[in-house]
Amino acid sequence: MTTEPNAPTSRGTVTIEIERCKGCALCIPACPPAVLRMSEAHNGIGMPYPELLPGCTGCGACLLVCPDFCFEVWQYDAPLRHAEAGAPS
Amino acid sequence: MSERSRPSDALPTDVRPVEGARRVGRMRPALLLHEDHDLCPGCGEPVAIRVLLEAIEELGAAQRAIGVIGIGCYTAFTSTMDIDLVQALHGRAPSVATGVKRMQPENLVVTLQGDGDMVNEGLQEVIHTAARGENVTCVLLNNGVFGETGGHMTSTTVIGQRTKNTLEGREAATHGHPILIGDLLAPLGGTAYAARGTVHDAHGVVQTKAMIKRALTAQQQGLGFSFVEILTMCPTGWFVPTADGPGYLDDVLRPVHATGELKRDGRILTTRELLDAARKQQP
Repeated sequence: MTTEPNAPTSRGTVTIEIERCKGCALCIPACPPAVLRMSEAHNGIGMPYPELLPGCTGCGACLLVCPDFCFEVWQYDAPLRHAEAGAPS
Repeated sequence: MSERSRPSDALPTDVRPVEGARRVGRMRPALLLHEDHDLCPGCGEPVAIRVLLEAIEELGAAQRAIGVIGIGCYTAFTSTMDIDLVQALHGRAPSVATGVKRMQPENLVVTLQGDGDMVNEGLQEVIHTAARGENVTCVLLNNGVFGETGGHMTSTTVIGQRTKNTLEGREAATHGHPILIGDLLAPLGGTAYAARGTVHDAHGVVQTKAMIKRALTAQQQGLGFSFVEILTMCPTGWFVPTADGPGYLDDVLRPVHATGELKRDGRILTTRELLDAARKQQP
């Protein structure tokens, strides 16, 4: 399978419990590769929540600063190239 | 939230990776029974509680830890912290901890108090506990307001800080000067370790956890009183948007309550010396 040479890669990823998020947005500036942004949609308590874009390194800074225990952090065994698999659709 | 609402450029975050990945960070510390709490958005106290519980666990002290809890917003966590706990009256946690430790010297005894609890209501308790060299660890969550009872000024509120009863900002002529509690405790002969950390950014969280572990280790080694102050965000009490809380802490509180180690291995640094060192590091 061929991939584009500049395809975005992620060395890690996060799972986010968006229904527990209170929308404080502390994770957004805390993310070193700046791959988190607040959603335009709202969760069940009416708050925006973080969305993940390609480029996560799995560093866990989001988890460290989150007051509501919303993040779980993973590191891939090999960097994930989004043009190959798991590409946003 | 259904996947239908996910924008096309965002990755799915509602399912764990099936294979080819290892978990490096879990949602809640192992010593927290569940994640839900009712503290305000952007509060720094849950972050401080996370690192405290993780430090206890990583030192292998979970089964021997006894927390003595003051009264403040953080008290809500007494129902979910999975260690033995004693609830103290306002400001009295260091004295209660003294009794617990003297009766159970093999246990790891930690107090958790806010600035209103420790520095206003129970200032003498913590000072005498440190002076006696009680072999306990006192953790102070300092946000400069009485958060739980409405957000009014405490003894650590910095000059110019707006609170519910200093709406124009704390003014020295009327309200006095803030107490730098770490500077009072560090020089005392009974104090083995004292430090001031912050949870306003990831680097500060990591440093704060290391401070807590050093303080708890000092207790395990029987060196005497140990103290960790943690600057925490209270955007509700500070009248700032939640996302501005970390910046407000860094810009307003931290220039007064400078972060760093105030006493380690017998070497004492004042807050003034920490501030001077921080200024020298700035470009």
